[in-house]
Amino acid sequence: MKKVIMGNHAVSYGVRASEAQVISAYPITPQTHIVELLSEMCGNGEINAKFIKVESEHSAMAACIGASAAGTRAFTATSSQGLLLMHEMLHWAVGARLPIVLANVNRAVGPPWSIWTDQNDSLSQRDVGWFQIYCESNQETQDTVPQAFKIAEQLQMPVMLVLDAFFLSHTYEIVDIIEKEQVRKFLPPYNPEIKIDTKDPHSFGNLAGPDMYMELRYMIQEAMEKGLDVIKKVDDEFREVFGRGYGLIEPYRCDDAEIILVTSGTVASTTRAVIDAMRGEGVAIGALKIRVFRPFPFEEIFAVLSKAKKVAVIDRNISFGCHGIFFQEIKSALYGRTDIPVLGYIAGLGGRDVTPGVIREIAENAISNKNPERYINWIGVKR
Amino acid sequence: MFNYLEYIREKNFPHIWCAGCGDGIVLKAILRAIEKSGISLDETVMVSGIGCSSRTPGYVDMNTLHTTHGRAIPFATGVKHGNPKLNVIVITGDGDATAIGGNHLIHAARRNIDITVLLYNNYIYGMTGGQCSPTTPTGSRAATAPFGNIEPPFNTSGLAIAAGASFVARADVYNVANCEKMIAMALAKKGFSLVEILTPCPTAFGRRNKMASPVKLMEWLRDNAVPAAKWKKMTEEERRGRMETGVLMDVDKPEYTAEYEKLVTSLRTGK
Repeated sequence: MKKVIMGNHAVSYGVRASEAQVISAYPITPQTHIVELLSEMCGNGEINAKFIKVESEHSAMAACIGASAAGTRAFTATSSQGLLLMHEMLHWAVGARLPIVLANVNRAVGPPWSIWTDQNDSLSQRDVGWFQIYCESNQETQDTVPQAFKIAEQLQMPVMLVLDAFFLSHTYEIVDIIEKEQVRKFLPPYNPEIKIDTKDPHSFGNLAGPDMYMELRYMIQEAMEKGLDVIKKVDDEFREVFGRGYGLIEPYRCDDAEIILVTSGTVASTTRAVIDAMRGEGVAIGALKIRVFRPFPFEEIFAVLSKAKKVAVIDRNISFGCHGIFFQEIKSALYGRTDIPVLGYIAGLGGRDVTPGVIREIAENAISNKNPERYINWIGVKR
Repeated sequence: MFNYLEYIREKNFPHIWCAGCGDGIVLKAILRAIEKSGISLDETVMVSGIGCSSRTPGYVDMNTLHTTHGRAIPFATGVKHGNPKLNVIVITGDGDATAIGGNHLIHAARRNIDITVLLYNNYIYGMTGGQCSPTTPTGSRAATAPFGNIEPPFNTSGLAIAAGASFVARADVYNVANCEKMIAMALAKKGFSLVEILTPCPTAFGRRNKMASPVKLMEWLRDNAVPAAKWKKMTEEERRGRMETGVLMDVDKPEYTAEYEKLVTSLRTGK
């Protein structure tokens, strides 16, 4: 059944269809609709889950960790400061190898206070070991939830799906709603090998000496590396049931493109419109959307970008003292294998609109820029 | 006639509070209490966390610090330590101070550090759209308790008293004269002081609980927030579901920054 719903509710419907068993959350704008609708669904029986109201995001993730360790499918949603407050527990979920799914609505970090979108909240968690999947539409957002659970449970790794504040979270789009009966064909019940079980007791979160710790970290990296194939396989399986899939990355008109714009999130949709317009004017330009950020799909990205003559990366984030974060990753994907110039553009921080005009400005700058020694090009900043 | 303009940042108005919200009434009571207590605005720092209440410092013309959710009290603790001569006021709410920042509230009270906490209790997370807070009454409806809240609420003033606060009062925006008086007394107190101020939220709380009209919520405060003198004459039965207002605790005990100074002085002088 198709419905016109907001991006936040697309997450809720995805969680309902995935039959999460424990949902724990703390309110924060602009995420709160996700868990509000879920609390109603828990009440009216649309989902047979326990809803735990907690006193902070740190506790929300702690409760998910407990629930997941007890062998149940656990979900939470947050944004910005809430995600940052969870930081300690995010590490814990990875180290404990618990397949929790979290939806993060990308919101700028304070101060100054901002409730509008940028990616610095989720990207500041890039090294904790969570899978990160950036969604572009409400349909993709909904569909990514059961995919996330399947990926998570196969690898015993937590997965974060990410959506832009307001541009997606509060925007209404037509979504083909998935139902649990269909999803059951795709996502088996969660049944972990090891869980808190009085009949088969284990010790969780114990001390590991220097003789063991490194191996456990190696196994996390191994799961990440396997993750790329698992994500592709899960996407194919999803496509078999629902007729839709999203891939690790999404190239658009890249085959004969001399210049490729690299984007993520909702900027990807706007970029496609600019690509079409510029193609109409005879410019050989394409776009590449990065959907999966962790694990980073180096080979897939290289395969697309290595055919171009120039690459421009649009970052709605910044690693202060360095560059845009996607820019850094793209550079490292190409390093040593090609000398294609890569240009970095910072745009849209704190919810500033990245319009077709802004993207065209970036494209035109990248085309005419003969000497990209400036790795950070700030777009639209008043100075 | 009290000239509010001397105390506010006019350019930040109109304020963001909804029609019927009590936070504006509290703001005015705070300003009058500040004037009454004679403290200098330049030597006063107002610190807030997150929520509707925490917008207050944006509107007042003094040193202000708008901080993260629940952390106003530790920020304020740092301010007071940094310069113990400052008057430090924390503006917070029930969600901010008793949920995400609950631990900070009890420990600041236990230490008896000289800060004044003005806690606006509207029984709900107003700013994020009406989720259940630790003071939402059992049975009330909220966005995260659409079928009624099953959790018992905190008695926030009682919590502060039990934790060791030297001054605790409860006030409400219906009896605004008392509210102003309680704030003035708290400001004058040397030590940790807390005023729990009951304030209506028709948008997020009232609307879900058959009190959508601001007048209804004001009437609810009138009928249920009971001044101490009257409270004393009430039977247990009459007290049920009601709140005592006025001074609930007022004792003198050693203040944290003064004790710290004393210790350091004695260590350095050997006296």
